[in-house]
Parts: sequence; structure tokens; C-alpha cells
Amino acid sequence: MKTRYSFGGDEHIFVEVDEEMSLDAFFKSLSITGAVADLNINGVTEICPANASFQIKFDPDVISPDDMLNELKKLESAAESSEKRIATRIVEIPVFYNDPWTHETLMRFRERHQDPDGTDLDYAARINGFDSAEGFIEAHHSNPWFVSMVGFVSGLPFLYQLVERERQLQVPKYLRPRTDTPKLTVGYGGCFSCIYSVRGAGGYQMFGITPMPIYDPEQKVSYLKDFMVFFKPGDIVKWKPIDRAEYDRILEQVEAGTYEPKTAKVDFDLEAFNADIDGTNRKLMEALNGA
Amino acid sequence: MALKVIQPGLLTTIQDLGRPGYFHLGIPIGGAMDRMAMRAANMLVGNDEAAAGLEAVFMGPELEFSSDATVAVTGAEIPILLDGEEQPGWTGFPVKAGQILKFGFLKAGARAYIAVSGGIDTPPALGSRSTYAIGALGGIEGRAIASGDELPVGASGRVEAGATISEKLRRMSSSPTELRVLPGLYWHRITETAQAGFFDDEWKVAPEADRMGYRFRGGKPLDFVEREAPFGAGSDPSNIVDGCYPYGSIQVPGGTEPIVLHRDAVSGGGYFMIGTVISADMDLIGQLQPHMPVKFVEVSMEQALKARSDRSKVLQGMRESLG
Repeated sequence: MKTRYSFGGDEHIFVEVDEEMSLDAFFKSLSITGAVADLNINGVTEICPANASFQIKFDPDVISPDDMLNELKKLESAAESSEKRIATRIVEIPVFYNDPWTHETLMRFRERHQDPDGTDLDYAARINGFDSAEGFIEAHHSNPWFVSMVGFVSGLPFLYQLVERERQLQVPKYLRPRTDTPKLTVGYGGCFSCIYSVRGAGGYQMFGITPMPIYDPEQKVSYLKDFMVFFKPGDIVKWKPIDRAEYDRILEQVEAGTYEPKTAKVDFDLEAFNADIDGTNRKLMEALNGA
Repeated sequence: MALKVIQPGLLTTIQDLGRPGYFHLGIPIGGAMDRMAMRAANMLVGNDEAAAGLEAVFMGPELEFSSDATVAVTGAEIPILLDGEEQPGWTGFPVKAGQILKFGFLKAGARAYIAVSGGIDTPPALGSRSTYAIGALGGIEGRAIASGDELPVGASGRVEAGATISEKLRRMSSSPTELRVLPGLYWHRITETAQAGFFDDEWKVAPEADRMGYRFRGGKPLDFVEREAPFGAGSDPSNIVDGCYPYGSIQVPGGTEPIVLHRDAVSGGGYFMIGTVISADMDLIGQLQPHMPVKFVEVSMEQALKARSDRSKVLQGMRESLG
């Protein structure tokens, strides 16, 4: 891991903690951005952690770009030795895989896809060595995921699966991005899953849809009354496969204001995870199932 | 006091100076694409510079006033018609209750800013009235204005009409428009020949140009330095592990068409960036029309900061000229 600093014009510093994705890079990025927030540096206007990088936006009339850079470099060495442990939550997110709405959309944009004659799920299953889409779907939801970035558009989470690199699923993005993606599509690109928070353009492969809103600017959804965005970096997610009947039932509950996402408080320790991945995931699931 | 929307124009949105502080959640700063023009329009009608006004792109709206007010239109050059009588741009003019403001055909620039004494007074969302249509946030129900909307206007004291901003303080873009760029971010991912070509070539604004970003075409495709794709990035040479995008950053998906992210930027994604348009030139982009020629000009951080300070002086000059 080699940290690389670069100015993004006169108002941003972009910091690539590592070129490749890993939870180590994520935790280092989270640790430095947390330290920047704690320091309350005059002139800092936005602190944005990402998967294996982060970005600080600052006002160069208040703090010079070089001073800002030096502040960040000072924090880097402290981040090396900081604990890679967070108090967070695990949330169960229902997913209706292979649903009619993303299916209709992916058929509409077939000519932009690597495999114009198949579906996104069949293609993803094949290139990841699964015999069927069912096997791929099972691999997608059988282990929990870690929210390693929130962004792109309003409250969209990027998720990284909590398994060793050999078990990571990888798919390319569409050859050319779509101009449409249904709201709440569960997508996949590179090694990341995502949930499209709003309808719009997108380049990730589409696998399914969740009935659970994750962004509500009107804040009418019961669990989004305090804040309009559901996810934050560090959240842990477990996908739960559901069928059409359950999808419809949850949708009704959301409408009625009675749906509460199944959630449990957990601690996540990167060293403990690296030492025993399956054991750590088992404990996370026990916490969720006990909720 | 309210403005009744008779015709909305092509895409007219309520904007102010934006909502900083939520980019880490994918909610961009938003606000007027041409900040200086928005500030100037507000100054001319006695508003706080951060008050909300209207940003009209390519075509003006048609508006009816329910009460007397002072109005100013800045930014793009476009005939301003009050009950059919032409009014000067960059100047506060009086409007009587019942009068109708409309616009002729755009002559230059792309976005006109309409400020009304008292400011547009829709409910702020996350601290700003700016419309972020992608996230259905701010403005009127998170969307562009539509026929029949009644836009509330805040209370204002008596404002003397007739204040004007002299032409030498207004920014005129040359042709080709020069956009100054600080190279960086993933600049090292393209070859030296591609780096030189990017600045040598003339680019044209593509039809895909909006509040999120401006796309350019016409220059040579950029050749990449060979690499082994980092884990999680994706196989295309223009892919990176999804990271944050600076405002003004220039991403080049597939190495072909540069996209400069603007006020409604996506906050991050998986395309590499070759540098960033400096803060002093962001307003200029908001006044570019499709097909207009553009040259990217390489600058250092020192030059970027000098340009920024020059722009601040112009803004200060506007304030002083209006006393």
C-alpha cells in the first residue's frame, strides 16, 4: 500500500490510499478522514471517504493547499498504527433477485452489454465459474457485505463482500452505461455491489431490486425521518433473498410506515476478521438473527 | 408576493449558492452554475448574494408578478421583455404587480440568472433552496419549475431600481473558450503524447452538457500507459477502484470524450481523471453552449490561486461599484 496525494484543482486534495481495493485500505482511509473531522481544521468544507481513497475539499482562501497537504500527511502516520475496529450495525436488506423490472430494463439496453443474448445474472454467473444463476445468487447473499463508500448519487452505497479475495465476485460494468436504471436496483460492477438510491443512468450489472427505500428527500419513510440517507460507510449488510409475494408485502409495510429494517449493533475488528473470516461472519449473523 | 409561472422555459430551476457539506453522501453542492452572475443579480436587487433566484438555460421563462418588485437578469445575453418592452441586462429594473416578464432568443452564453427583490422563498432543503433534480431535492418538489407554479418571494425593503454592473466587470468568454486545468489525479495514466495532445487539441462542447457535467469531443483519443488492472478496478484501462470526484475534475471514460463535472456532480465513480478545471473558470463552463470550441490550458497551482484571487477582486469590484 502506497499513499498517493494529488491536488484536484485549487479546492480539493485527492488521496489514493491504495490502487487496489482492500479492507485495509478502506480502514486507513476511514481513520484519516475521521481524524480530519476530529481536528476541525479551519477551511475544510467536505470530507469524503471512499473505498480505497478519500477526498478533502477545502477553501484555499482560508488554508493554503500546501498547508492542507501537510496536515493530511501528518495524519497518515498516525492512521497506520490506529486500531482498525469500528462500532457499527448489521442490516438485513431484502432483495428480489431476477425481478421483472430490472429484467425489462436490462433487455432494453442489451446492445450495450458484453453478452447481448443473455441476462446480466447469467453472464455474471458464467464469468465467475458458476453453473447457474442460482449458484451465483447464493454466493451473492450467503456472506455479509461492508459499505465501503456512499456516493455517486444521493445516498447510494458501494458494498464490498466480507470474504477473502479468492471468493470475491467480479464483473465488468456495461460496455456503455445505460440511461435508465430502476430505483432500488441491486447492481454490481468491479468487486462492488450497490443499491441505486434513485432512478437514473448507471453502468453496473443489474441483479435484482429491494423494496426498501434508502433515500427519501421528503423524509416520509418511517426509518428515514431523522435523516434522508440510510447508509453510511462502515455499515454491514446482509442480503436476504425474497420472492414477489414478500416484495409486495414489504412494499405495503413501507407505505403504511410500519416497515423497520432488521438491524443489530455489532463491532467489527479487521484483525479478528482477517484471522477468521467465516467465524467473524458467523458472529455477525448471530447478532443479526438475535435482533 | 409570488411569481406565477406562465411558461417555464426549457429547464428553469431555483438555485442559490448551494448546499455544502453532503458530498460524502453523494449529495452535491449544486447551486448556480455561474456563481458570479447569480451573485451579481442578487446584488442588483438588494438581496443577500446567497439568496435564491432562477437559473434559465437556453430559453427564458414567462413570469407574472403578483406585487411590485425590483428584478435583475444577468449571465447569458438574452432580450429581457417586460410587457413587451425591452429592459437592460445586468441592471435592476422595476416591475409592477400584474406585469409579465418574458425573454427573446438567446444571443450569447447559456444560462440567465433572474433575481427578484426579496429572493425566492421556497423551503430550504439541507440548508439550501437549490434544485437538485437527480435527488428530487430543493426547489419546488425537487424539480424544475412548471407552468402554473406559484413561486413564493420573500419580503424585501424598498429597493432602488437602476443599479447596474459595468461591462468591464462582466466576464466575456473568448472563442475558443479557454478553460485552465491543473493536471493531476490520474494524469500519469496517459502517455506523454496523449498529455500534450489533450492541451494542443481543440475540443467542442457535446450535446450531453448539463448541471452534472459537460462532455467534450473532437480531440484525439488518449493513449494509456500499460498496466495490470488493480483488484476491484475493472478491466478497462480508464477504470479505477471507485473513488471520489472533485468538482471540475475531468474524467475520460474509455479515453475518448472528456467530461468535466460541474455543480450537480456525481460524487464518485470508477473512471480515472486527468486533472481539474480551476475554481476561477467553473463559472465559464456554465455559459457554454453545445458545439462551442474549447481549449484546455495547463496551469500550475500558483497560477490557479492567482486566477482565483483575480476573480475575488472582480467580485469585490462589483460590490464596491454598487456601494
